[in-house]
Amino acid sequence: MADTQQIIDEIQKLAAEHFKVAPDHVAPDDDFFQKLGIDSLQALELLTRLENHFNIELPDYEMQGVVDFRTLADRISQRM
Amino acid sequence: MTASAKTETLSWSCEQGIIELELHRAPANEIGSQTLEDLEAFVDALEELKTDAAALIIHSSIAAGFCAGADLRELYHTGKTMDEHDRITGVRRFLNRIHTVLNAIDETPLTTIAAVHGTTFGGGFELALACDLIIADKMARFCFPELRLGLIPGFGGIPRLKRDLGNAVVRDLLLTGRSMNATKAAQVGLVSQLVGEGKALVAARSTARQILKFDRGTSAAAKRFVKPIPHAELREEIDIFCDLFSRPAVDAGLRKFVESEDPYPYLP
Repeated sequence: MADTQQIIDEIQKLAAEHFKVAPDHVAPDDDFFQKLGIDSLQALELLTRLENHFNIELPDYEMQGVVDFRTLADRISQRM
Repeated sequence: MTASAKTETLSWSCEQGIIELELHRAPANEIGSQTLEDLEAFVDALEELKTDAAALIIHSSIAAGFCAGADLRELYHTGKTMDEHDRITGVRRFLNRIHTVLNAIDETPLTTIAAVHGTTFGGGFELALACDLIIADKMARFCFPELRLGLIPGFGGIPRLKRDLGNAVVRDLLLTGRSMNATKAAQVGLVSQLVGEGKALVAARSTARQILKFDRGTSAAAKRFVKPIPHAELREEIDIFCDLFSRPAVDAGLRKFVESEDPYPYLP
């Protein structure tokens, strides 16, 4: 099983690619809504990409209240 | 023969036996009174279009997805101008009209394909469920978020999903309000073809060309045989929806959605 830091790195890489920003534009504790300038529907795009990448289902109610990559990585690791 | 038309929220064309209905209302093809009116115009036009066609493809040109469902902001703001009796009467009238549209799409003798990507929520999911086949790109998501508003889906979603899939899937989506990605939707049988990002329309056109090879009367007979319209449940759904709509929880849910600064207003 991947460790949390590895998951954070992969999430940031996926988010940077999807929203077309430089990888070093985002950091683990960033508010990804603010940092990426995304809305709720775009957050769902990120969720879909993460589910496809990690081959898991992450019910969106588990995303509620999550705004930073580190917490998101915790949620994902609990599903792996 | 080529026939085409464009309205404020959608456009359609018929070429070489394939009708394409494109949804193009920003930001996410929410279905409000204008979209309903335009869909009614399309269904009227379909009567003539279908004489020259064998297949209908419904798709979206909006990046956010196929359709995010009913226009909740319009529902909330329109309702604020009415007393309770008029609100419920108005909602019932809207539901009766959208059911007429979706029933017409459901039972048309054409073979119908929803080519979906991105957000396919609520009424958008219900529009896709009226079609015979759903072809989804792998970024599509399906959801019945209505319970967070104190409602059930009102555009025929539950009876149609029950018709197509096991009740356990219906309960999963309905009672948790969670969204399901396209890969899972394909695994449970909701999605007939899962394709790469941006490829749903291409795959739908290819499928439509295959459909063109068949005798139209035979396809129509086969469809009538395997796809009964659950009329009684559809009518019951409208009654339940309208009963629930009169409860204070709905107004509170709509207000919360419309006024929310929550970064996840689409999530239950």
